[in-house]
Amino acid sequence: MIQVEHIEKKYAKVNALQNISLHVNKGEIFGIIGPDGSGKTTLFRILSTVLLADKGKACINGWDVVKDYRIIRNHIGYMPGRFSLYQDLSVEENLQFFASIFKTSIESNYYLIKDIYQQLEPFKKRRAGALSGGMKQKLALCCALIHKPDLLFLDEPTTGVDPVSRKELWDMLKRLKSEGVTILVSTSYMDEAARCDRIALMMKGKFLIADTPSNIVNQYNEKLWAVSSDAMAKLLIDLKNYPFIKNYYAFGDLHHITMQANSKSDIELQHDLHEYLEKLKHQELFISNIKASIEDCFMALTGGSSDTLHTTKNYE
Amino acid sequence: MIQKKYSPFLSFVRKEFFHIFRDRWTSIILLIMPILMIILFGFAITTEVKNAKIAIFDPSQDAATHAIVDKLSTSEYFTIETYVYSQNEMDNLFRKRNIGLIVVFSEHFYENMMHGGDAKIQLIADGSDPNYAYTLTQYASALLGSYQQENISHNFNPPFQIETTIKMLYNPTLKGAYNTVPGVLGMVLMLICAMMTSISIAREKEFGNMEVLLVSPLKPITIILSKTVPYIVLSLINFTSIMLLAVFALKVPIVGNILLIALISLIFIFLSLALGLLISTIVKTQIVAMLISGVVLMFPVILLSGMIFPVESMGVFFQYLAKVLPANWYIAAIRKVMIQGLGISSVSKELIVLISMAVLLIAISIKKFKVRIE
Amino acid sequence: MNSTAYNYQNDISIRTEGLTKRFGNFTAVDNITFHVKKGEIFGFLGANGAGKTTAIKMLCGLSKPTSGIAMVAGYDVATQAEHIKKNIGYMSQKFALYDDLKVWENMRLYAGIYGMKEKIIAYRINEILMQLGFENEKNTFVKTLPIGWKQKLAFSISIIHQPEIVFLDEPTGGVDPAARRQFWELIYATAEKGITVFVTTHYMDEAEYCNRICMLVDGKIVALDSPKKLKDTFSAQNIDKVFRLLARNTNRT
Repeated sequence: MIQVEHIEKKYAKVNALQNISLHVNKGEIFGIIGPDGSGKTTLFRILSTVLLADKGKACINGWDVVKDYRIIRNHIGYMPGRFSLYQDLSVEENLQFFASIFKTSIESNYYLIKDIYQQLEPFKKRRAGALSGGMKQKLALCCALIHKPDLLFLDEPTTGVDPVSRKELWDMLKRLKSEGVTILVSTSYMDEAARCDRIALMMKGKFLIADTPSNIVNQYNEKLWAVSSDAMAKLLIDLKNYPFIKNYYAFGDLHHITMQANSKSDIELQHDLHEYLEKLKHQELFISNIKASIEDCFMALTGGSSDTLHTTKNYE
Repeated sequence: MIQKKYSPFLSFVRKEFFHIFRDRWTSIILLIMPILMIILFGFAITTEVKNAKIAIFDPSQDAATHAIVDKLSTSEYFTIETYVYSQNEMDNLFRKRNIGLIVVFSEHFYENMMHGGDAKIQLIADGSDPNYAYTLTQYASALLGSYQQENISHNFNPPFQIETTIKMLYNPTLKGAYNTVPGVLGMVLMLICAMMTSISIAREKEFGNMEVLLVSPLKPITIILSKTVPYIVLSLINFTSIMLLAVFALKVPIVGNILLIALISLIFIFLSLALGLLISTIVKTQIVAMLISGVVLMFPVILLSGMIFPVESMGVFFQYLAKVLPANWYIAAIRKVMIQGLGISSVSKELIVLISMAVLLIAISIKKFKVRIE
Repeated sequence: MNSTAYNYQNDISIRTEGLTKRFGNFTAVDNITFHVKKGEIFGFLGANGAGKTTAIKMLCGLSKPTSGIAMVAGYDVATQAEHIKKNIGYMSQKFALYDDLKVWENMRLYAGIYGMKEKIIAYRINEILMQLGFENEKNTFVKTLPIGWKQKLAFSISIIHQPEIVFLDEPTGGVDPAARRQFWELIYATAEKGITVFVTTHYMDEAEYCNRICMLVDGKIVALDSPKKLKDTFSAQNIDKVFRLLARNTNRT
C-alpha cells in the first residue's frame, strides 16, 4: 500500500528525514513512534503529497506522490498533527463541510464514525473551538474518515488526549482496520506501540528500527530488571551508585535497570543487588527480571541519552 | 442526523460566510467600516498645490493681462500649459489636457481697469476634484489680490478694480463628497477583496486547515473560487450601500450611467481579488497578510489616489507610482462617469488598463497558487 | 514578604475550601477541597474537560472562583492575585520561550519580568546554567536547542525567581523517554529545595512519581492519596488502571 524508498528531506541545514524506507501492507496499522521533532510530521506531509522530498521515491498504492498527487488525494484521509478543524464552526458544521468537500454525505459513511460521533452528538451545535482536547481529536478523526478513505494518515491523533479517550480513539482505529482501511499513525506515546501491527521507532529523522512490536521487544538483548522499595527516590540514587550498574531509570512505580553480568547467573545478580540495597536500609525490596517494553527498547536504541545539541531542531 | 448534501463549492462558500459573520470584528470591518469611511472622508481636507497646469484665455492682450499672467507663471504654484483663443476650446480642455484651472480675462482689460469699467477675471476650475479645485482658485485669487495691492502702492488712482469670479465646472457647489465617493469606493473594494481574501486564505494556512484542503479532492480553482465568492458578494453589497449613501445622504447626484459604474467596479473587484490571492500565495500568517495588504495596497490608495493630497502636487516619482496603482485608474474612471457624466468612450483608457491588470494578476495568482505547502 | 503571608500554616502551600467555578449553568470545578504541602509533588489528573485547566487558572490568580476559598502561598486567589503571581512559577506544554532570543537572554528577560535585582539575576543565571549543564549554550539561540533541552530550560526559567510553588501543565508532552526522565529528575531536585510542584500529566507512569495524586472527574475530586494507597484502595496494578476505573464514570466531555 505504501512504499517509501530512501526519502531525504532537509530544512535549511537540518536533516529532517534521513534515508527513510518503509513498506506498509494493505489493511495494516503501522505506527511511527518517536518524540516531537523526530521528523514524523515531515514524513506524513510527504506521503500525503503536500510536501516534496529532496531525494527518494514514495508510492501510495502504486501512485507516485509527486506525479500522481491528484489521484492520491482522492483516496487518502489526512489528519495533520495541528488541530485541523474550523474552530468557529460547530461540530456538525465541521463534519458536514468535510463530508461535502469529499463529495459524500455524513449518513453514507455514518457507520464508520458512529461509535465516536455518538459521543459528540449531544454537542453537535457547539463550536469546535469550545470542545475539550480529546473531543476535538475525536471530531478531527471523524472528519478525516467521513469519506471512507482506503488509507488514513493520522499525525499524532492522541497528543494531549487523556488515557481513556486515547483508548477510545485506538478502539476506533481497530474497527477501521477491520473495514479494510490501511492506517499510518504517529504518536509520541510509547505505550500505544502495542496497538499497532508494525511500528517504526523514530528519532532525529531516522528510523531506529521497524518491525512488529513483539519482534522489537524480542530483539532487546539485555537482561532487564525491575526494582522497587519503600523509598523510590533514594533507591534511584543508590542504584546509580551500584558498582555493577549499566543503565538505570525510573519507570512508573518501578525502576528499570541493566547490570554488568560478569558471568554471574541471574540469581546471583539478583542476590547481590538485594544485599547491597538492604544494607542501604531499603525495605519492601522487590527485584525481578522483566520483559522489556517498547519504551525500554527505545531508550536502549537511543543509548538512553537525550538528544544532543545541534543535531535536531524543532522542525515539526 | 443530517440529511442535507451540499456541493463542495456551495458548502465551502457557506463555511466562508460563517467565518465572516461569526467573527464580530470581521463583520464590523466588512459592513460598518465602509459606511464610516464615507462619512469620515466626507469632510474635505485642504491640500497643497505645486506647478498646477493652467490655461489662459486672454482676448485683451494688454499690459495688465501680461503682467498678471507673468505673476501667475512665475509663482511656484502654476505652470501655463496653454493659451486658448475661443470659448469652444475651453470646454474640451479639462477633459483632454489635465488642466486644473482656466484664467479668463475680460475684453479691454487694462482700459477698464484704469477707467472704472469692469475689468473681470473669471477662474474656471474642474470641480470634480473639489479639494484640488478649491485650492487652485484660492491660490490664484491670492496672487491676483497681491497684484492689485502692488499697483495701488504704485499710486494708481482709483477707481482701480478687478472683479474676480470663480466658476466650478462639473461640480458647481464644490462638494467634497463628490471627490470622496469614488475614493472611498476604491478603498473599500480594495480592502474587502484584496485584504480580506488574503487574510482568509492565510488563516487556512495558519491553522493547518490548508493541508487538509489540499489533500482533499478539491481542485485549487474550487478553493480559490470558494474563498473569493463571499467577498465578491460583500463587495457588491458595499458598492450598493455606498452608492445609496452617496445619493441620499451626501446628495451627490450620479450623473453618468449606473451600469457603466457597476461594470467598472466589477472589473476592479476582480482585480483586487487577484491581488489578494497573490498576496496569500506568498504569506503564511494572517498578520503578515494584513500588513502586506495594508502597506502595499491601502496606504498608497489613500495617499496617492488624490483623495487627500492632490497627486498633481507630488514629485515625479509619486506621479508615476500613482499611475501603477490600480485603484487610481478605478477612481479616475468612476469620477469621470459618476460626476462628469462621461460615457464609455471617455474611460476606454482606464478600462483597458484595469482589464489588462486584472487578467494579468488573475493569471499570475492562479499559476502561483501552490498545490503543496512550503 | 508581606505580613499577610503568615496567615497560614507554614508547611501548607495551597489550600482550597469548596473551590467552585461556574460558567453559566455549567460547573467546571465543583466544590473541591484539598491542601498541598510545602515541597510536595502534587499530581493533578483528570480526563480532558474534567476541569483541571479551570482549577489551575484559579490557583494562579488568572480566574476568580465563583465560590469557595483558595489560598496559594498564603494569599487569597480572589483578592490577592498580584501577590500570588509573584510567588508562583508556571510552565505549560507550549513553553513560552522566545526562539529568537539566546538562552541567557530568555533567562534575563523572565528574571526582569519578576523584578529581580541585577546581582541576583546574574547569580541565578549562572546557577541554572550549571545545574542544567548548559554552560556552553549560554549564547545559543533557543530555536536551535532540541526540544528536551528547551523543556528543561523552560522549567528552570519558570522557577528563576525561586517561587514557592511551580505549576506544570502537561510539561512533558511529546518528549522522548530519556528526556522525560531527565525532566523528572529536575522536578525531584526542585521539590528537594522546598519548592512545591503542582503538575498535570497524561503519562500515567509519571503520576507514579508524585507524592500524592488528586483525581478529578466532572469537576469533582474522586480520589486523593499517594499512588501506593490509591493502588491498594482500588486494588489496581498501576495508576493507569486506577485512572481508567475512575474516569470511566464521567458524564461530561
